[in-house]
Amino acid sequence: MAAAKRPALPVILLANDLLDGDVVFAAGDANGLHWSRDPGAALVGGDDATADRLDAFAAAELGNQQVVDAYLVDVAVEDGVPVPRHYRERMKTTGPSIRRDLGKQAELPLAQAFLRA
Amino acid sequence: MYRYDEFDERFVRERVAQFRDQVGRRLSGSLTEDEFKPLRLKNGVYLQLHAYMLRIAVPYGTLSSKQMRQLALIGERYDRGYGHFTTRTNLQFNWPKLRDIPDILDLLADVEMHAIQTSGNCIRNVTADHFAGVAQDEVEDPRPTAELIRQWSSLHPEFDYLPRKFKIAVTGAEHDRAVIKAHDIGLRILRHPDTHEIGYEVIVGGGLGRTPMIGKVVREFLPKADLLAYLEAIMRVYNLEGRRDNKYKARVKILVHEIGTEEFSRRVEEEFARLDGPSVNADPAEVARIAAYFAPPAYETLPATSGAFEAARAGNPDFARWVETNLTPHRQPGYAALTISLKPIGAPPGDATSEQMRVVADLADEFSLSEIRVTHAQNLVLPHVKLSDLFAVWQRLGEAELATANAGLITDIIACPGLDYCALATARSIPIAQALAQRFADPARQKEIGVLNIKISGCINACGHHHVGHIGILGLEKRGIESYQITLGGDATENAAIGEILGPGLAAEDVPDAIERIVSVYLAQRQAGESFIDNVRRIGLAPFKAAFQDTNREVSHAVA
Ligand code: HEM
Ligand code: SF4
Repeated sequence: MAAAKRPALPVILLANDLLDGDVVFAAGDANGLHWSRDPGAALVGGDDATADRLDAFAAAELGNQQVVDAYLVDVAVEDGVPVPRHYRERMKTTGPSIRRDLGKQAELPLAQAFLRA
Repeated sequence: MYRYDEFDERFVRERVAQFRDQVGRRLSGSLTEDEFKPLRLKNGVYLQLHAYMLRIAVPYGTLSSKQMRQLALIGERYDRGYGHFTTRTNLQFNWPKLRDIPDILDLLADVEMHAIQTSGNCIRNVTADHFAGVAQDEVEDPRPTAELIRQWSSLHPEFDYLPRKFKIAVTGAEHDRAVIKAHDIGLRILRHPDTHEIGYEVIVGGGLGRTPMIGKVVREFLPKADLLAYLEAIMRVYNLEGRRDNKYKARVKILVHEIGTEEFSRRVEEEFARLDGPSVNADPAEVARIAAYFAPPAYETLPATSGAFEAARAGNPDFARWVETNLTPHRQPGYAALTISLKPIGAPPGDATSEQMRVVADLADEFSLSEIRVTHAQNLVLPHVKLSDLFAVWQRLGEAELATANAGLITDIIACPGLDYCALATARSIPIAQALAQRFADPARQKEIGVLNIKISGCINACGHHHVGHIGILGLEKRGIESYQITLGGDATENAAIGEILGPGLAAEDVPDAIERIVSVYLAQRQAGESFIDNVRRIGLAPFKAAFQDTNREVSHAVA
């Protein structure tokens, strides 16, 4: 599901891991991309070229049976951490708001940065 | 309870093996996601926001203690130690891993359970009155009918690829506790006024979602023996004429609405006449076989009252209050059906931990002939408890935070998972339920307000039944924030009605005040003994709208 309408830049790429469903983020640098469970590690695409790379990575990884439901999400970078602008995607990067003991917010200290938003 | 025969057993095991193979093929890449998705949905596997979700069928809401223990085990071993009981009387696990799901399905098959017919465009898990076989106002237990429909629909090749999902509910009682008028087909078992023969009233075309409709009676009396042929006729008319071009118009409610009830009935009757009834209808021996599983259990002969029970009640106000709200009279003297509220103040409605499931299973074994029910209001029921045991059961429930005395009251709120879990949600619903329960927590106040159903959905799909809530709350998105639309006057019973919108949407933090104002109008205007919904019917929406608009003016951040 490569995004047909690209959201406003900057963006990150997120998806669910095919095997276990966990939310994953495209991370890495100019040398290559990989999936990270940590939203704080997400590579921020601030220009069209990086967003294109993220899109291409999404398409390839959907085809490789690594992830499902991969799409770009527009973010605001706050204190160096990309925070999705939309509350739905923020929920996805933290975990249920009614169970702070579950999801990324419980597992990854960095994800707690997202709770501020 | 119903027990699988060899055929059921083989069918369920085969499906598990098939799904195991399908998951394997998905992982190896021989199935794409587009190919795999309909297959996983056929086995109740969804993808939510944070993880996969597995929806397990609880046919007609009846569970054995053994099944409940297995659900507890699955929750612990493969999930995060809890599950969510839904308005469709199913159980959802929110965190299973795809790789584990075939093993989970095997564990379910070990206790005669599965996740078939919980998703997709098929005839879904049939629901029924949760007081089936117990209620004093019952003509006949609806579960044999529900089980017959389950068997007939499970493998029916004609109905495996319907235009859209199809939901059937059955009640055998006068008072509708199964929301049959909000289902694609609602069946009410009744006695013919003249012949006293038992048959069905057949209601078609109810449904919630983005186009809510109350079902219409298409047949006032259908002889019992003709059930399957008549259902088949309905399904054929729908299958042939239901719209496949637009999924928002594909439910049978749209067809009934577009061609009219009379024309719809005419076509069904025509098809019914054409069908070879005897070859479609169930063999009476099979009907009797199924019905035998639901024969009343071996009750003891008891006096209608219990001294120990009355004494406990007189001596303990908390127990007395719980008895007042959570007990339902039983048709068998000396017994009661009790509702276990899954709505402790401030907790997510319908959630139960594995430990709580085990407590309920143990209590069912000790005190309720090993039987448990799941209600569409997201509570549980122990259907056969002796009055003399009630105090002990209440104490044990209390230790597990399962003795909240609020069944049917303002804090017994239905809420769908909403944006905390659901990928389709436009807003959260559980936190709204929590805030409202906290606002109205005071037991004396709840008692004063009396029966009042609040139902909350996190999007227009209406899984939380908001349209038929006395007060309905629908979570939407307005300009990038969550906004809540309030409806009033809905009813989920035999007097089914769709609520009307009171005014512009509100921000989450303003919802409790708005509900407070609505309740105040009722308290100020009610006549002696008048319930909330009766009051709304009598005085109309205007006074509530006026009060609501006051809230709206006062709050600075109302999202118009
Ligand atoms: C992954 C989660 C879920 C998804 C994707 C989902 C999807 C949907 C959709 C698309 C509809 C609208 C159907 C239509 O208008 O044709 C719907 C309706 C409904 N769902 Fe859900 N749902 C989910 C969870 C639930 C839960 C948790 C419950 C029970 C609490 C539930 C019970 C219902 C009910 C009662 C309706 C309305 C009745 C009707 O079918 O008209 N669903 N759901
Ligand atoms: S009503 Fe919407 S948000 Fe709630 S469970 Fe259904 S699809 Fe999800």
